[in-house]
Amino acid sequence: MKTFTKRQISISGAVLVLLALYPLAVSGSFAMHLMIMVFLFATLGVAWNIMGGYAGMFSFGQAAFFGIGAYTSSFLFTAYHVNPWIGLLAGGVAAAAAAALIGIPCSNLRGHYFAIASIAFAEIVRIHFNNWKLIGAAEGLTIPMQDESLRNFMFHSSKAPYYYIMLAFLLLSLGVCAWVATSRMGFYLRAIKESHDVAKVLGVDVVRYRMAAIMISAFLTAMVGTFYAQYILYLDPESVLILPISVQIVLVSMLGGAGSVMGPVIGAAILLPISEFTRVKLGFKGSGLDMIIYGTLIMLISVYQPQGVWGILQKIGRKKK
Amino acid sequence: MSAAPLLEVRGLTKRFGGLLANDDVSFTVGQGEIVSVIGPNGAGKSTLFNCVTGFYRPNAGQVLFGGREITRLAADRICKLGIARTFQIVQVITDMTVLENVMTGAFLRSARRSAAREKAEEILRFAGLHEKLDAAATSLTIEGKKRLEVSMALATRPKLLMLDESMAGLNPVELRQMIALLRRVRESGVTLVIVEHVMEAVMELSDRVVVINSGRKIVEGPPKEVVVNPQVIQAYLGDRYRARG
Repeated sequence: MKTFTKRQISISGAVLVLLALYPLAVSGSFAMHLMIMVFLFATLGVAWNIMGGYAGMFSFGQAAFFGIGAYTSSFLFTAYHVNPWIGLLAGGVAAAAAAALIGIPCSNLRGHYFAIASIAFAEIVRIHFNNWKLIGAAEGLTIPMQDESLRNFMFHSSKAPYYYIMLAFLLLSLGVCAWVATSRMGFYLRAIKESHDVAKVLGVDVVRYRMAAIMISAFLTAMVGTFYAQYILYLDPESVLILPISVQIVLVSMLGGAGSVMGPVIGAAILLPISEFTRVKLGFKGSGLDMIIYGTLIMLISVYQPQGVWGILQKIGRKKK
Repeated sequence: MSAAPLLEVRGLTKRFGGLLANDDVSFTVGQGEIVSVIGPNGAGKSTLFNCVTGFYRPNAGQVLFGGREITRLAADRICKLGIARTFQIVQVITDMTVLENVMTGAFLRSARRSAAREKAEEILRFAGLHEKLDAAATSLTIEGKKRLEVSMALATRPKLLMLDESMAGLNPVELRQMIALLRRVRESGVTLVIVEHVMEAVMELSDRVVVINSGRKIVEGPPKEVVVNPQVIQAYLGDRYRARG
């Protein structure tokens, strides 16, 4: 509600400076990779939050938008040498168009019905891409090596440029989300989340605002998809279009706190290190222990703190006053 | 101004399968009036409300607002034209504060946040909820929530406000306050149509009463005449009762 307090501004300023200096302080690519993945899922979470957290459209199909973004830029590059930055915009537009296509027939679906429809949509996209010869079908696409430069969206000698680009994407999506949250649109989305009827009697064009939320979310998600493709330089349906990615996006947001701007960032900062560490330390044994620890944590959060970590922080903040 | 009525319902009919919920209902509401719609449970009052406000599409008949046909418009379009409503089961946005709830309504006419906030505060002062500005909507009592719902509706700056049982469940003191609030709403230039079971409110507030039974309008007139009308008494109490005197 209120504009930011001085304390909040100074804290976020300090965090930003620390994040900017991080690549200079650490060596070793795992430390860099970890932070890039934190930013990446934080951005995906922020994008999800616009439709899931504010408007109550619980999408379990974000991987479709992520994959469409990754595939659009990669295909345009491998087939037509289109610059990946232009590919990024094209991917965003393609994902938003796909979102509109699926959003119209789903415009009256709420709650778990919407969630089921979103899973179905993402699975249709995955299976289709798995069989689509033009874009490599199940074999996927390999992005050919280029000279390293910002223009080419490709870097070999260091992960630092990827780190800064992903950080910039995160800040951009936070800006979009903060704007949505504090504007008329944010109020309208929260009304829609409460009930379509209550929104309608306040003069809200429910379908239009829902579509806007889905399309913004899809665009931002696709943008991250392009980043991921340029970062990994290889993609196939199993790496960008699968359900676990969609689930991870929802978890990051729910853990941190759905319906708050910073929630997904906190969620990603907690969840990604846990998932990456447990995967590296325990995952190779094939025991699934990493997933057990991971799952237990999620259950504890959902039982004891459904408002997420952001909810805990707010409670502490209120007590201090 | 007095030439065309603000709201005109002509031959409204709504069927749900074999059930005739509204059967050829016609009435008008003039600018500045308070008209009550009463009738036994299941008479079709809420259906009538839903047809007028765009939540149901009537099978036949017309609804005119300020001389303009609005029969098949969507609910949000009707709201934009100037008809606001509340629900029989109170509906507020639960994860918002009182102020945010009213701001959501105010955004219809003020796209800017500061303007919406100003308007919302003005309405909350008007409705006597100003002290609860930053309270969570869920922390209000039933009476508070009803007051909030009326405030949200007023924030859309309606010409016509339709209230579905806003008096139900109130204690006698709260009832007096709600009646007083609705009087102030009328004085501010808003026309009112109310569906109500609480006869104390109906008698005090209404200029005219429309009585509906089994989907049909049976009587229309000033409140004092309507309550002694034999058909009305029959509708509520059955054949064996008659008005005395």
